[in-house]
Amino acid sequence: MKEQIYLDYNATCPIRPEVIDVVATTMATVGNPSSVHSAGRAASAVVEEARVKVAALAGARARDVVFCSGGTEANNAVIAGAGAKSLLVSTIEHDSVLAAAKVTGLPVFELPVDKDGVLILDAVEAVLAGAPKPALISVMYANNEMGALQPIEALSEVAKAHGAMLHCDAIQAAGKVNIDVAQMGCTYLTLSSHKIGGPQGVGAIVLAPTAPMKPTAVGGGQEMGRRSGTENVAGVAGFGVAALSAMAAVGDAGRLRVLRDRLESELKAYSNDIEIVAELAERTPNTSCIVLPGVKGETQVMHFDLAGICISSGAACSSGKVKVSHVLSGMGYSDDKAISSARVSLGYKTTDAHVDAFITAWKKLYDRTAGRS
Amino acid sequence: MTAQLGAANPVPQRPIYLDYQATTPLDERVLTAMLPYLRESFGNPHSSTHAYGWQAEAALDVAREQVSALIGADPGEVYFTSGATESNNTIIKGVMAVWGKARPKLITVCTEHKCVIESALHCQRQGYELQVLPVSADGLVDLDQLTEAVDDRTALVSVMAVNNEIGVIQPLREIGEIAKENGALFHSDIAQAFGKVPIDVNGLQLDFASISGHKIYGPKGIGAIYKRAGRATALSPLLSGGGQEAGLRSGTQAPALVAGLGMAADIALAEMEADNAKANDLAKRLKQRLFTGLPGIQLNGHAKERIASNLNLCFPGVDGELLLANIRSLAVSSGAACASAMTGPSYVLAALGLSETEAKSAIRIGIGRFSTEAEIDKTADVLIDAVIKLGGLKF
Repeated sequence: MKEQIYLDYNATCPIRPEVIDVVATTMATVGNPSSVHSAGRAASAVVEEARVKVAALAGARARDVVFCSGGTEANNAVIAGAGAKSLLVSTIEHDSVLAAAKVTGLPVFELPVDKDGVLILDAVEAVLAGAPKPALISVMYANNEMGALQPIEALSEVAKAHGAMLHCDAIQAAGKVNIDVAQMGCTYLTLSSHKIGGPQGVGAIVLAPTAPMKPTAVGGGQEMGRRSGTENVAGVAGFGVAALSAMAAVGDAGRLRVLRDRLESELKAYSNDIEIVAELAERTPNTSCIVLPGVKGETQVMHFDLAGICISSGAACSSGKVKVSHVLSGMGYSDDKAISSARVSLGYKTTDAHVDAFITAWKKLYDRTAGRS
Repeated sequence: MTAQLGAANPVPQRPIYLDYQATTPLDERVLTAMLPYLRESFGNPHSSTHAYGWQAEAALDVAREQVSALIGADPGEVYFTSGATESNNTIIKGVMAVWGKARPKLITVCTEHKCVIESALHCQRQGYELQVLPVSADGLVDLDQLTEAVDDRTALVSVMAVNNEIGVIQPLREIGEIAKENGALFHSDIAQAFGKVPIDVNGLQLDFASISGHKIYGPKGIGAIYKRAGRATALSPLLSGGGQEAGLRSGTQAPALVAGLGMAADIALAEMEADNAKANDLAKRLKQRLFTGLPGIQLNGHAKERIASNLNLCFPGVDGELLLANIRSLAVSSGAACASAMTGPSYVLAALGLSETEAKSAIRIGIGRFSTEAEIDKTADVLIDAVIKLGGLKF
């Protein structure tokens, strides 16, 4: 494959070199963490060391970190395992939250966002008042498609006042902004390794010290009975290293913000009919969702692919399906506009030159399509 | 007493690993197959808009063929999960959720892996009927009892192929016949059989099977579900979301892990016979030495219907935990790894009719692809010395 410019970090982040080394080295050692012999204890030590690191990323106690197979499992496990009688989810949650909520059979209440993609806090209270108790509110910290940050701390105050539990899907926030489960006031916080430069196939549920947790996967009782199944030792080790790198990466966020803001301002200077989704909201510094009216997202990504640039139209999970993004719909975008969006997400390998290449390719696309009319 | 606790046995750098039923070392060829997906081809298989995504998706396609080839299935009947525990949870809970209304009965066996037992108990708590069959003294399911149990109200019969503690091979062909005669679905946890004994999902009339990567020299954190194509095998997924794996299992697949499982299956397909021949020789050698050096030890589980690589032995008069503490140069176990934290006797051995004392004197030895004659000889010496030192076998 010729050198591609990868600007799809929100879909998956290239594994960090320091992580690859740890994963490969750990793979080469044998041991089931549940075994009592020295090989097993060595494997268990690897898992526990990683637990401390992931706990540090989330501002939690190590014992409150439960490893699992990824963000989807983590979200499913929280939604199904909190013991809630009703669920409140924002309209812009990831599919893994929305779908998991749907299959519980519990009453599900939708929480609206405003046109900037931010949760309407004032609407929560009324919904909570009518929801069977105990309720679980599930709102992501950072949206995967357009990056808007949600007012989790303020939401937690509302939740507390009504005795509701709060789940925050922090999968897209980790490594981009600081996260702290206690300060954010969450009962549950979920993380994915491959969004922060760790390997795919690993994630974590971070619990508040008193959070109830009925396991989704039962069996050998690993993870203190909260998630059965032999731990993915090498993956977990990589996740741990990635967690430390992600904490450091928050310091690099300023650099990404400068790149992202330059990208957006150059595009806007070149055209006056585009829209940056959630532009007025506080956003993750790496994400830009751009609506180019009249040009389908799929057409846009094909154009960029030919130019050697990898981006996506909407969430990766929606790719391949002809489906209007529920995130943009939730923000009030018309179907026409919603299907004309493309997402650019930057990361630790992104350089000035990459952004330049994107801008050049985008201008070419604009000239050939929307700009002609 | 100090000596008995093993303090006199300094732990060497690398103990001899003979716990292949707990987990296996990664085959280097597997790691080689995985590395490209950790390095340059890191894409999300669901990213259909660029080459990184396509490459990752291609890895899934290749592995699906490799895994399906080992069990005589179609690639489209293989779905990747995070491991056998998730597979077993998904199948058992998912089948009962779909079919349990019309057929409320679920049948399994008392020596199943914890995750099958726990999933079945979960279904029982949800209101389904659960029947857990006992096993004979040799660890095999009693087919007459099974015949009596399975009826037209049975949705699912779940019986493991090879037991993880005692290595016995259940008569899946006959069990499949009984299940099918009654129109029940048939599931087998084949985590310990996959790549070790030939499994043909069609010949065995299996509707579902659960597969693990790390039991066959592949990575941990990856497994698979075999699900026979068609509406008759519909099940409700354990994890919902992006709709990956044809909607059966949401969540970004891990191409590196999947490629590892695929390669491990591919190697097993080519080398199963050689692996088994070697395990057979080594097990014979170990048995011969141990039975000569320690007359009175007994093999748990059927003597013939078993995989060669597993030896579960009782050392009468010795406490297994104490024995383990005195053979720290060996990585063997007193039972299932999952149960290692528990001090109670193995429920599998109890099911064979062993007394608590007998069950507590048991050691599980798992031989594998990388075991050597020298390791086997050393193991025999260490075990014999330790048992004699601890005063075992004196009755």
